Amino acid sequence: MSLLVARERPLTSPLVYTLIVLGGALLALLLGAVLMALWGVSPLQGYRELFMGMFGSAHSISESLLKATPLIIISLGIAIAFSASAWNIGAEGQFYMGALAATACALVFSQAPGYLLWPLTLIVAMVVGGIWAALAGYLRARYGINEIIVTVMLNYIAMYFVQYMLASPLRETQARGVGYPQTDVIPQTIWLPRLAPGLRLHVGFLLAVALVFVVYMLLRHTTLGYRLRAVGYNWRAARHAGIGVSNALIWAMGLSGALAGLAGQLEVTGVHRRLLWGISPGYGFLAIVVTLLGNRHPFGIFIAAILLAALDFGAQTMQRGTGVPVALVHTIQYLMVILVVGGGVLRTHRLTLFDPLFRRREA
Amino acid sequence: MLDITKRFPGVVANDRVSLSVRKGEIHALLGENGAGKTTLMNVLYGLYRPDAGQIAIHGRPVEISGPRAAIDLGIGMVHQHFMLVPVLSVAENVILGLHGQASLLDLAATSRRLSKLAAQTGLSVDPAAKVWQLPVGVQQRVEILKFLFRGADILILDEPTAVLTPDETARFFAVLRQLQTRGVTIVLITHKLKEVMAISDRVTVMRGGRQVTTLDTKGTTPARLAQLMVGRDVLLEVAKRPAMAERRPVLAMHDLHARNERGLMALRGVSLTVHSGEILGLAGVSGNGQEELADVLAGVRSIEAGALHLHGQARPWTHPRAVLAQGVVQVPADRLADGAVADFTIAENAVLPTHNRRPFSRRGILNWPRIREFGRRLIEEYDIRGARPDSMAGWLSGGNLQKLILARQITLDPDVLVAVQPTRGLDVGATEFVHRKLIETRDAGKAILLISTDLDEILSLSDRIAVIYEGRINGELLPPFDLDRLGLLLAGDEA
Repeated sequence: MSLLVARERPLTSPLVYTLIVLGGALLALLLGAVLMALWGVSPLQGYRELFMGMFGSAHSISESLLKATPLIIISLGIAIAFSASAWNIGAEGQFYMGALAATACALVFSQAPGYLLWPLTLIVAMVVGGIWAALAGYLRARYGINEIIVTVMLNYIAMYFVQYMLASPLRETQARGVGYPQTDVIPQTIWLPRLAPGLRLHVGFLLAVALVFVVYMLLRHTTLGYRLRAVGYNWRAARHAGIGVSNALIWAMGLSGALAGLAGQLEVTGVHRRLLWGISPGYGFLAIVVTLLGNRHPFGIFIAAILLAALDFGAQTMQRGTGVPVALVHTIQYLMVILVVGGGVLRTHRLTLFDPLFRRREA
Repeated sequence: MLDITKRFPGVVANDRVSLSVRKGEIHALLGENGAGKTTLMNVLYGLYRPDAGQIAIHGRPVEISGPRAAIDLGIGMVHQHFMLVPVLSVAENVILGLHGQASLLDLAATSRRLSKLAAQTGLSVDPAAKVWQLPVGVQQRVEILKFLFRGADILILDEPTAVLTPDETARFFAVLRQLQTRGVTIVLITHKLKEVMAISDRVTVMRGGRQVTTLDTKGTTPARLAQLMVGRDVLLEVAKRPAMAERRPVLAMHDLHARNERGLMALRGVSLTVHSGEILGLAGVSGNGQEELADVLAGVRSIEAGALHLHGQARPWTHPRAVLAQGVVQVPADRLADGAVADFTIAENAVLPTHNRRPFSRRGILNWPRIREFGRRLIEEYDIRGARPDSMAGWLSGGNLQKLILARQITLDPDVLVAVQPTRGLDVGATEFVHRKLIETRDAGKAILLISTDLDEILSLSDRIAVIYEGRINGELLPPFDLDRLGLLLAGDEA
């Protein structure tokens, strides 16, 4: 007699997978309800407050989607790396490098017209972010160095470099007293327009939506995406068929970093209008979670990013309304990740509780 | 084993199969791929649980909950795909999962015991060698030693000779007989009639998940067994016209040198010429440089010295892409590792080397309808069974996967086709199909290099035979082939 037995079975249909995902999310919410009840708050009231905080008003929708924007874009990049079976843990650093490059470029060429300067900052951010990540891809392809370790270490280099740039070369010129580590405001010509007056949500969100489709097309309908996936699934067979494994790895990482850099540029031109320390509250790391929750698929990532971002924002409203701490929502978030990602095993395995050693049929 | 039934989604792999194996006998389990032989033995080894039926060992009914329980009952099973940890040494693999180990491993003592056991059984192997560096034939010895070390007295061997050369097979059979005299019972899963006749005491034939019959080997003939196995009369000889009279040299290798994984020189001056319209069979005992030569020809292993000429001109041989572009195409020995992407669909696999060419893509955009259509075409033309363009390649049986790879590579219309162990582990039907396709390709004027350790295959297909020994070509034979001389060349005698 075994407590729990997992046996392999053929891949289940997409419908079953959808049910698994929904079931996992629902289970996380139920567990969250138990936690709320233990806290002494009616779960119904708690969830009402949480939901209102997430999507209850134009302001909350705007803030939820604003937070989701960089998560969507960075996660799409991480999914590209994943498709070639490479881990990009360095999106945080690539994001900062992209934001730094965009800001520096905007400040140096501040006299240039906006219709030239904005695309220029975008390209520079993507190139710098891309190179930062492609470095890890190159080291893996050429010397077999684990890209996880390299990208993690490049994070520190990037972040300390940005800190240094904010402390001295790019420091705000009219800083009063000690001042906050931030740059001057970038020229108004390249501030991204907002989607509605009074709301912070900017057109960058629409770009993120477009990128969901672009990345889907890239992975599914281009020869480059095909090569990345071939290398990701079986690099030896890909190599035998004449596919450049090294190139695929470098491209996968480079594109991944380019998207993180792009997200950095959008945060600068769309939200803060300058580079400041703490411009990312850990987007690069949260995006890894988003990618896994979204099953590495562009559409899944889109939903997962909005969900996690909205939960983050809604948690604050709930805390104000009911006194339930934000940490409880974080608990629900990660229960959701564990249950949904862990539930993925049901796609390929059949679980049996209290499995007897032999199931005999009566003859 | 009595009335064993095992169902998988959509198929009944074993339908009320009964098998009785006597103590100390060598019992062959014969059948085509997919006949349910391996499933039945996986049930015995505890990997699958039967949906119905009973197992008794030494007359006692038993329940086998898993491999651990099977090993405790003295049952060991060597799979077609080895269950070894590549990065560990031979000795480490042998003691892996062994009962009664202290926290501190006594590797030295294990190695000594292992060497002794190896010497007694003729399964010589270096206990300190890392498994990933060993050729498959030697890895198999490690697998068998693993179970003998655990005191197994019932050994299940799944297609053990698929990875062995004739010479190794003969030695391997001698080992089996020696084990038999020590009272070890052996179940041999196979689809090779010659092996059944050569080694087994009794034979059970399976077909389509059912047990057809059990016979004394002495009282039967290969033809009778073949008939029982496939349910029809099969062609045991390959029908073949003589090679074209007019042949031009296409691929010439001059004094090739290359190193193996361990950095040792594995090719030490290979010189060979393959002509258009011929099948050149490269025979040899496994581990004499065939794998390295295949890698070199595929462009995945660099050469230390020597040159490769194509149509009389020296060509660079640096990347598989360049090699393919020059019209040199390979059917690799390891289908799942080098030949196909298991997690890709059949259609996706069909265009692996050609996805960036028209009509499959244009300016970097894939044309899925054309890719699927091409997948469907290969499925039809090469009789890939139970497959649709969108089904995963990983779900294909070995024979059908090989058909897919062969279809893809031949459709590239190469000048030179290098086929490495093209029928390893395939059933009679699939083998016949592959052989026919190779001959068709030859008749279309292509140059074919057949690298195989299956001597029957070499003898029945080749228009010319070269023998590789210790990284050099030891001699060449022209038809009619002199078997005695071939034997001498294989054994390394200069001739």
